[in-house]
Amino acid sequence: MREDAADQVRELVDAVYRSDSRRVLATLIRLLGDFDLAEEALQDAFTAALEGWPVDGVPANPRAWLISAGRFKAIDGIRRRARFDIASRTRAAQFDGGVAGFVEMDDAVEDDRLRLIFTCCHPALPPDAQVALTLREVCGLTTEEIARAFLTQPPTLAQRIVRAKAKIRDARIPYEVPTREDLPSRLDAVLQVVYLVFNEGYSASSGTSLTRHDLSTEAIRLGRLLVELLPEPEAVGLLALMLLHESRRAARTTPAGALVLLEEQDRSQWNRDQIVEGTALVERALMSRRFGPYSLQAAIAAVHAEAPVAAATDWAQIVGLYDVLFRADPSPVVELNRAVAVAMRDGPAAGLALIDAILARGELTDYHLAHSARADLCRRLGKQAEAATAYRKALDLSRQDPERRYLERRLRDIGTSI
Amino acid sequence: MRYLCLIYDEEKKLASMPKSESDAFMGEYFTFTDGIKKSGHHLGGEALQPVHTATTVRVRNGKMSTTDGPFAETKEQLGGYYLINARDLNDAIQVASRIPSARLGSVEVRPIMEFDQQ
Repeated sequence: MREDAADQVRELVDAVYRSDSRRVLATLIRLLGDFDLAEEALQDAFTAALEGWPVDGVPANPRAWLISAGRFKAIDGIRRRARFDIASRTRAAQFDGGVAGFVEMDDAVEDDRLRLIFTCCHPALPPDAQVALTLREVCGLTTEEIARAFLTQPPTLAQRIVRAKAKIRDARIPYEVPTREDLPSRLDAVLQVVYLVFNEGYSASSGTSLTRHDLSTEAIRLGRLLVELLPEPEAVGLLALMLLHESRRAARTTPAGALVLLEEQDRSQWNRDQIVEGTALVERALMSRRFGPYSLQAAIAAVHAEAPVAAATDWAQIVGLYDVLFRADPSPVVELNRAVAVAMRDGPAAGLALIDAILARGELTDYHLAHSARADLCRRLGKQAEAATAYRKALDLSRQDPERRYLERRLRDIGTSI
Repeated sequence: MRYLCLIYDEEKKLASMPKSESDAFMGEYFTFTDGIKKSGHHLGGEALQPVHTATTVRVRNGKMSTTDGPFAETKEQLGGYYLINARDLNDAIQVASRIPSARLGSVEVRPIMEFDQQ
């Protein structure tokens, strides 16, 4: 029977690790003031739980138990090392003075998770390090998992994380939620990281498969956490955007991995639950009247989601939303998407004129989607030779296999019709 | 914690400013310096002579060589610095963002290496 009980405790410890290890880590970083020390303490605390709980019973509040065990182990370790070196001695003295009287309040602990997110996404860290550190510390992915997702070598990624932690420590990036006046710009940086992770999952920038499901799932999990901790309109809008895009995952590729365009997708395969949730979130973000680009992109995705068939899409509303989006985020990529929507509303000639004007400015010359959109409109206008040239240009610039196969197929189709 | 705020300006841009504008710019610097003295951030700071007065010294294989200026071809040159005392990087960034040249050039914020003294 004792064996069974030990197994049960082990399962429980595993479950607590999955649900709470990131919260415990976030609080330990605040208490110990150091990422590496906190990670070590986290492992020690869970080891202590595996050894102690079968004998002493499971504590009433496992998370609080783990936090104090981790803190105790870390301070104990520092004291032991302090016998040998001076730097640890000052550190041990600091802990004796300050940390001992900490009270675990739920507010403070929830804030710790936000502190961790804002620290990992601090704009003083390079963008790729922000992404890696967030996935490692906030999501709990291993270095190997992150490296695989971004097709990087694990040592390269590990080094990126080590450097980021060193900068946090040496330049003293504070472990805090930004002040009210800094919040908008700092939140932008966090949303940018979540969006980058999602995009890499939604549309892998290179490699053999079109999407990487794990990264999208992690990004949505991060988005949910953010909305729960800090329900700002743009955080809500970003979560909506991710859910609405994700709802089409099953329909976006054939079983063989080929790309299926929005207008050709089998809409019965779209995930209804995600659409319902995403649409409700868009409405919530737009009602706030403090929405921005993410909420507007989500609103556009919601218009697509509510059309039962491609032909029923409300293109006039989509063009209207792109107009607002372009005012909020005047980028050539937004302009390109607007041009495609105009083509759907007013016919391919109107869209082609807009795309040619954008390309003439030279900003999107190397953007493969600009050329494939142009090719598509030329094809619809019966300009086969121009379409073929544009498809070839897009093919030269694309680095993703399914996309390349799609473009090659289009080229072949044109070839046979000339 | 101490941070060094290195101020990079475009000397050409500063030199071509009308006098009224450059006076106003200097005035902003005086106000800023007074401000960080009052707030307790200020530890020191100097403006530098233009980059054409600079000399770079290297010793290689025991031989000293001197060359004219640092990176004369770059657009922005080191024009001065503040040594400040700040609570953390966010505090230092706040101070640095108020340096008048942050609007025209850029300011690099570098934490000072503290050596443990026994």
